[in-house]
Amino acid sequence: MLTPLGAPLRADFPFFRAHPRTAYLDTGATSQRPETVIAAEADFVRHDYAAVHRGSSMATGEATSAFETARERVASFIGAGEREIVWTQGATDALNMIALGIADASVGLGGDRFALRAGDEIVVTEAEHHANLIPWQRLAARTGAVLKWARVDDRGLWTIDGILEQVTGRTRLIAFAHVSNVTGQIAPVADVVAIARSVGALTVLDACQSVPHMPIDVAALGVDFAAFSAHKMLGPNGIGVLYGRAELLDELPPARTGGSMIKVVTMEEATFLPAPNRFEAGTQPVSQVVGFSAAIDYLERLGMDQVAAHEHEIGQALVEAVVRIPGVRLVGPAEGEPRGALVSVTVDGVHAHDVGQFLDDRGITVRTGHHCAQPLHRALGTPSSTRASAGVYSTRDDVAAFGAALAEVRAFFGADR
Amino acid sequence: MSGELEQMYQELILDHARTPEGKGDPSVHPFTHHELNPSCGDEITVGITVTNGAIAGLAWEGDGCSISMSSASIMSGLVDGITREEALALIGEFREMMRSRGSVEPSEALGDAAAFQNTAKYVMRVKCAMLAWVALEADLKASA
Repeated sequence: MLTPLGAPLRADFPFFRAHPRTAYLDTGATSQRPETVIAAEADFVRHDYAAVHRGSSMATGEATSAFETARERVASFIGAGEREIVWTQGATDALNMIALGIADASVGLGGDRFALRAGDEIVVTEAEHHANLIPWQRLAARTGAVLKWARVDDRGLWTIDGILEQVTGRTRLIAFAHVSNVTGQIAPVADVVAIARSVGALTVLDACQSVPHMPIDVAALGVDFAAFSAHKMLGPNGIGVLYGRAELLDELPPARTGGSMIKVVTMEEATFLPAPNRFEAGTQPVSQVVGFSAAIDYLERLGMDQVAAHEHEIGQALVEAVVRIPGVRLVGPAEGEPRGALVSVTVDGVHAHDVGQFLDDRGITVRTGHHCAQPLHRALGTPSSTRASAGVYSTRDDVAAFGAALAEVRAFFGADR
Repeated sequence: MSGELEQMYQELILDHARTPEGKGDPSVHPFTHHELNPSCGDEITVGITVTNGAIAGLAWEGDGCSISMSSASIMSGLVDGITREEALALIGEFREMMRSRGSVEPSEALGDAAAFQNTAKYVMRVKCAMLAWVALEADLKASA
């Protein structure tokens, strides 16, 4: 064992000084930040703030250097080349940029290899977060492509056979989450990539719930595009990453245009820089990028193997804490099966918001609702669920508090009568 | 237990949530309105019949948390037989109380709906309590 995770890390996080008794089990929505991340961002704003890639001042040079060093940091963190990391507002933004770029290609605005025609197919799963569903719905509507999806079962799980049933010679793109934000299911990425390659389709990986929690090598995974957000991995809000293989990013039309992304502009037209700059129009959120880099530093000091081991332990402990409570139904993989560090449940006779209110009163922060996955919840036969999700600072005490409180919910609301 | 939770989930509220009043098929009434809270998926449809300017019949169906369902139940009892104007005034008073974070004291007219004064302290739950009332308000406006 190197550094033990969980409780010893809490001193690094100001949130836990302000809320020492809170069991924060909502990292899947957004994570708490260590002091080093907050300080890195604040120090940069105080001492080194300037525009990047603009002008010729010394300050701009320093800021640009910090901005690009952060890009190298993130690239090496996920096994990508630095030209393959595009800064975005977050994962939602990144996924939209892929879909909108393909839409542009489909109307002849460059990147012909991406162009979709009527009858082409986009395949997703029924478990997707709305951010990895609606952009593809809109892309299909714009291009006449057909949106298809692998169905989920009554536990909310999809299978590789479900993907195979949907894929045909017309399939051009398969988009799926690496780890489901509701069920915790871990996708068989290599199998999906193999299927996609067999028909010449692109793959888009929503990596929001995987990159923060396990070692990721995008080149080894073989996906064409991936998206994730800094704020779910100890970093600031408002910054995320679009990963794409360099040869694809150089050709994908930029969804947003404006300053800093161009080569030559005339009154009639413009030509664009190569990736990644062609996707970074406008003034960039450089202090958030610096904070993100500090978050990567923090995670790498812990070691992502250590993080994955800790979160596997907490994920399994969460399942063990809920499966034997009468009237509580587990969503997603069964006890002992692989899952991300989160658990979602429904409680017989008690609405998720009432469950969440009860837990909140006990100092346990969880997420309630449909978790931006309405189709998945429709398939589960419930409008909403209650989710506990863990991070590097989560402890077995958090899990125990969650389990103990959850066991009292039905009695409090009289649902056990 | 802090006690604050019991203040919010009073027995009156939990009883109404378990055995709601006024539930039925809203489509038998001429004016119906569907309300959805997109953040949680709670939904309700309220149907009313207005005769001689007064609510002569009301039925609702819905699916949601104990706050939204008990609020619909209590509202059903309060507005039965009262005039459109009285109902609109009642909705206005309920909304004012819910938006006040609990600082506005309910008048006697609000009856059992006064129990939601403590819910008003929880900003995220105000929409739950308002759901049925907003649907009724739309029905009343349509019936004018």
